[in-house]
Amino acid sequence: MIDIVAETPRTRTLVLDVPGWPGHRAGQHVDVRLTAEDGYQAERSYSIASPPEDARLSLTVERLSDGEVSPYLSEVLHAGDTLELRGPIGGYFVWDIPAGGPLLLVGGGSGIVPLMAMLRHRNAVLGPSQERHRLPARLLYSSRRWDEVIFRDELARLAESDPSLEVVHTLTREQPDGWTGFKRRIDRVMLEEIAWPPSEQPRVFVCGPTPLVESVASTLVDLGHQPALVKTERFGPTGGAV
Amino acid sequence: MPSISRGFRGRRQSAETASRLPPGQYETKDFPVLSAGPTPRTSLATWNFTLQGANGQTARWTWDEFTALPHQTTTTDIHCVTKWSKFGTVWEGISVDTILSEAAAKGVGPSPFVMARCDGGYTTNVPLADVTGGKAMVAFMYDGAPLPPEHGGPARLLVPHLYFWKSAKWVRELRLMESDTPGFWESLGYHNYGDPWREQRYAGDE
Repeated sequence: MIDIVAETPRTRTLVLDVPGWPGHRAGQHVDVRLTAEDGYQAERSYSIASPPEDARLSLTVERLSDGEVSPYLSEVLHAGDTLELRGPIGGYFVWDIPAGGPLLLVGGGSGIVPLMAMLRHRNAVLGPSQERHRLPARLLYSSRRWDEVIFRDELARLAESDPSLEVVHTLTREQPDGWTGFKRRIDRVMLEEIAWPPSEQPRVFVCGPTPLVESVASTLVDLGHQPALVKTERFGPTGGAV
Repeated sequence: MPSISRGFRGRRQSAETASRLPPGQYETKDFPVLSAGPTPRTSLATWNFTLQGANGQTARWTWDEFTALPHQTTTTDIHCVTKWSKFGTVWEGISVDTILSEAAAKGVGPSPFVMARCDGGYTTNVPLADVTGGKAMVAFMYDGAPLPPEHGGPARLLVPHLYFWKSAKWVRELRLMESDTPGFWESLGYHNYGDPWREQRYAGDE
């Protein structure tokens, strides 16, 4: 453990030095295993937030109030501690530049983490180049409140410096004064507005709580997107869409 | 011996719960949904189920024909490779033994391996020995109601002694094979067999 960064009141990024890390692809995750003094163990999976280009591995963890592992990772772990992990894991919900675009990312809550790895990877490789206009990206990100938007400032900086990247937020419970953006759960009308038409064959990655993922994936298929181009990852607490 | 996580206590379960949990699992009262892509929607009017032999012989049933076969009900614990386990789940469906014996009457003989093939393109492979002798069914009812699409309805394979990715959702065919071939997740780094009690999650696990 090198560092812990507070992202929002309930999320932390753990920055890890992992000797012998074999490298990974954006979208993959690791399995973390904790061992208590009497040998009791608990294991959970966490998506990798850092792109393959980073020397250190970052995991962004949302603290679940009734969680067994996430409160430990968020509140007890500090710089200098060791963490046992296994990975990278996952061969389907992955994106890299050769997979092409356009790239459509739809996330809810902590579902942003693997999508952020993809955006960071895209930025690391394509940077401020003309290339990136041939691989445009859009992120539609659902959160409850503005102060719960994970990676909020970094997303703003990325979008500001990259005309081929569009970041669209929807805040479903509370909005700051003067908010002119979306204020509701992601629905068909919103997807019709934000998604490229199926004829553009966007590579789509949807990640977040199950109700959001289920609804978004079904709607995209109804709108004509090929199911094979819509990849989904569902995690976090079940029930209660963001 | 793995390194101790400083300050980690964990949440201790009762001895009974602990004995029912395979290594690395935790109990959930939810029923999480995990899939690689959108949920397929298949109408019962067009649904059919196929058992194909390695010799190319097939037996096929429409929904009405399939659900008219003798039913079984089973109550079982299930274990997902993503670490959650759910106890006491209740399923109703047709035992794979029944499907195989009905198919034998139509000339479909056994082979040592099976590939489950599903709407949406999902596949998973399993030895014949792991779906016979009462170990597996094709289930279309969960908890007393028709199996919902996000949990694999109209019908899914149920092989509860293996990790739940083997209990293929939206199953349409069991294809018998003379030699083993990896299915979807097995080709993407997951274990070929998937015994939760030996924690065989990923390729290379003992």
